[in-house]
Amino acid sequence: MLEPASASDVRPPRRNRSAERLRRIDRIGDGLLYGICAFACLLAVVTLLLVAYESVNGASPAISKFGLGFLTSTTWQPNFGEFGAGSLIFGTAFSSFFALLLGAPIAIAIGLYLSELAPKGVRGIVSPLVEMLAAIPSVILGFWGILILAPFVHERIEPFLHDTLGFLPIFGEPQTTGASVFTASLILTIMIVPIIASISRDLFLAVPRELQDGASALGATRWEVVRGVVLPSTGSGVIAASLLGLGRALGEAIAVTQVIGAGSEIKASLFETGDTLAGRIANQFPGAITELHQASLFYCGLILLVIGLLSNLLAQRIGRRFAYAQGVK
Amino acid sequence: MSSTLDSLDSFEQRLAPTPAPRLRIQDQGAPPGASPHRHIGVEAVFEAKDISIFYGRKKALAGVSLRIPRSEITALIGPSGCGKTTFLRSLNRMNDSVPNFRIEGQILYHGHDMYASNVDQVEVRRRIGMVFQKPNPFPKSIYDNIAWAPRNLGLKHDLDERVEQALRGAALWDEVKDRLKDSALGLSGGQQQRLCIARAIAIEPDVLLLDEPASALDPIATASIEELMHTLKGRFTIVIVTHNMQQAARVADQTAFFSLDSSAHEPSGTLVEFTDTATMFTNPADPRTRDYVTGRFG
Amino acid sequence: MAEIGAAGFDPTTPLSASGNLRRRQFVSRFTEAGATGAAVLAIAVLAILIYTVAARGAGALSWEFLTTGEPTGIGPALIGTAVIVAIATAIATPVGVLIAIYLTEFAGPRATRFMKATLDLTNGLPSIIIGLFIFGLLIKPLEKQMAFAASVALAVIQLPLIARGSLEVLLLVPGNLREASDALGVSRWRSVIGVILPSALGGIVTATVLAVARAAGETAPLIFASSVFDATKVGLNPFEALPNIPVTIFFLSEEGNPTGFTRAWGASLVLIAVILFASLGARALLSRNRERTSR
Repeated sequence: MLEPASASDVRPPRRNRSAERLRRIDRIGDGLLYGICAFACLLAVVTLLLVAYESVNGASPAISKFGLGFLTSTTWQPNFGEFGAGSLIFGTAFSSFFALLLGAPIAIAIGLYLSELAPKGVRGIVSPLVEMLAAIPSVILGFWGILILAPFVHERIEPFLHDTLGFLPIFGEPQTTGASVFTASLILTIMIVPIIASISRDLFLAVPRELQDGASALGATRWEVVRGVVLPSTGSGVIAASLLGLGRALGEAIAVTQVIGAGSEIKASLFETGDTLAGRIANQFPGAITELHQASLFYCGLILLVIGLLSNLLAQRIGRRFAYAQGVK
Repeated sequence: MSSTLDSLDSFEQRLAPTPAPRLRIQDQGAPPGASPHRHIGVEAVFEAKDISIFYGRKKALAGVSLRIPRSEITALIGPSGCGKTTFLRSLNRMNDSVPNFRIEGQILYHGHDMYASNVDQVEVRRRIGMVFQKPNPFPKSIYDNIAWAPRNLGLKHDLDERVEQALRGAALWDEVKDRLKDSALGLSGGQQQRLCIARAIAIEPDVLLLDEPASALDPIATASIEELMHTLKGRFTIVIVTHNMQQAARVADQTAFFSLDSSAHEPSGTLVEFTDTATMFTNPADPRTRDYVTGRFG
Repeated sequence: MAEIGAAGFDPTTPLSASGNLRRRQFVSRFTEAGATGAAVLAIAVLAILIYTVAARGAGALSWEFLTTGEPTGIGPALIGTAVIVAIATAIATPVGVLIAIYLTEFAGPRATRFMKATLDLTNGLPSIIIGLFIFGLLIKPLEKQMAFAASVALAVIQLPLIARGSLEVLLLVPGNLREASDALGVSRWRSVIGVILPSALGGIVTATVLAVARAAGETAPLIFASSVFDATKVGLNPFEALPNIPVTIFFLSEEGNPTGFTRAWGASLVLIAVILFASLGARALLSRNRERTSR
């Protein structure tokens, strides 16, 4: 009378179909999600490749005309169809390295202040303020540079440096306005300090408390602890951060072109006008009518792209080695 | 009264033509069960007077008074969380970096108030060294780990000698003498801890504070650390925190037992009993001590 | 032979600095002062900058200034910037979030390294290069400037910021949330949409707001894509060049006309105010989120 019901008898056929449909929807859904995510990644990669492609493509008329001589020639005469990026490469290197020379120590000092000296409450206020400096648009910094910084530099700082250190060729005679490589370097310094400072601060904060305690317990002053333990164990990380800052300085176009004075020659003095690869592009592209002029500016962009990618890759490599070393410990 | 005797003692030392021997003739006379102050007459390196320690509003330690005698090993034992390490770290002002740290009462070091305003923390730590629970060698070579602090202090002459002596003193020389330039991070746990001890004694401190130095190590490494302590005892005053009673019994001359005082509405650590080790483990005065050392709790 | 134990110092002397410590403490205090000074310098520069912009720009601000077009106001430029940035964000946010989801849900270690490198390289591209890129890709072939091209360029700049910010917050979603979902037999796409994304939403919004703040201030790409415009009236057509704030400031700064300068200061003040409020707002959101997830 009572027969054991088997499992297949119990399941009504209706539920079978909707469970299957659900599973199908799920499979489609998962596949779709994977698909659009992968597509998004592909889009990012393709964009990067396209940027490189367009840079080469746009520069090709100039590459075929000037070849590698473009890198060394310092003639830049749009009216005669003569273009050479030598002085621009020099200006880019000069202004960026000076900005790094000035900015990296200041930024590292700020990083040390925020990690070692500032009480937690002060750190919570000062850190965001320093980062806010990085949020200021470059066009506003440049505008401020033209009207406020350049005259100040021209009236006070350049004469002072020329009078006291004028025997050094980089501190030559100040020019008629404050538009100079020096002013541009100062603006670049303001831009890169927050970048290097926030990364350094995080690196210093990550040094284990026990290592610093161990150093303190040996009767070392605060500076000795920093010099002996904190700085050595974060060294390559700080270098990677500085390279990121350098990359920022190398690529800055707008603020630089506003204050650098668009000079075309290689000069030894910081107080002369000059120009950088990025600055020249921003300055002249809107007015570049001829094909060759445009292509030469593209060529400048290509050089800038290569330099920028190289420094970024180097920063990534050093950063990875640093992270690896931390993990091994 | 004791501080006058202390300064007389030090005055005597300064008159001596050669550096005074650090070993002192021990006062042997007290029978077991005597009061914790049997060392009156022997120089006290530390004298804690009614110490209370607060972290913000939380009272971590209260009512601690004791004298730590010279050139001996004093152990601080007790269940975890009752302030032993807090007290130890107050002895070389390592608690200063902890936020909201506050201390009441006085700690005298050779008669000087350690928390007075004219005291330089760094000077304190130069004289009172510390070895931590977890070995913390610097990411430098073995040689540089040891040589780092002497270089800071300007003890640059005979640095090689100093490093060798420190490593011998920590019973590590034979194991590392051929690889002084190798990274210290390549050493085993026990070796790293002995390196930390060598690092601490390389600057010839007056006192060595050891915060559970063997708790992170295996039994063999632990045994070597304990052996070390007997040889170091003559040259340094040693204060060791340990949660291992047997270790205290093996190593220490006198022992302080800390426990939680739950009588106040907020429990805090307190010193229950302080006496010579033999007495503490065979015939302690306080019932709480008796419960702890016989394993009835903790 | 130096014997350890002959301390060379008398431990019973008072605990003030002895030996070379006084000099070492001087050096230490000196460097502490230097580090503090550097921080003060940075804050001072920020203060001077903001004060200058505020003091000089406040004079230009008025209702008329914000609503009318050239030569009396920057109204059309404000609208133009809003349109350009909105389109850019609409492009960058989905792509960025999807990349982050890929990295947390599907990617193996090699793909992760590769995509992170791609994002880092994209982040390091100078914006002038992105301007050249958009010129070659869209402006030159189409032979006209258009705001849409500017939006695409800004989206490229925003993408790494949104992707990285979303990645950080997606990684914070506790593992047991995912496990619970899997244990219940819920499919991947349902967990992502139903559980993971909602819990990461706060962080994603924060990253997006920060990206908006960044894009609003970028000038270089706009020089190429949206710099020839009629600033007297409002334009909304993204397929034309639209007036915008950064280019307006740039041109006014280069003109050398004092009345133009005043307008430029006013525009700068508005731009800085928007950016700073957005950044502060995002930061406040961030700390509120952190509190919530850590409870």
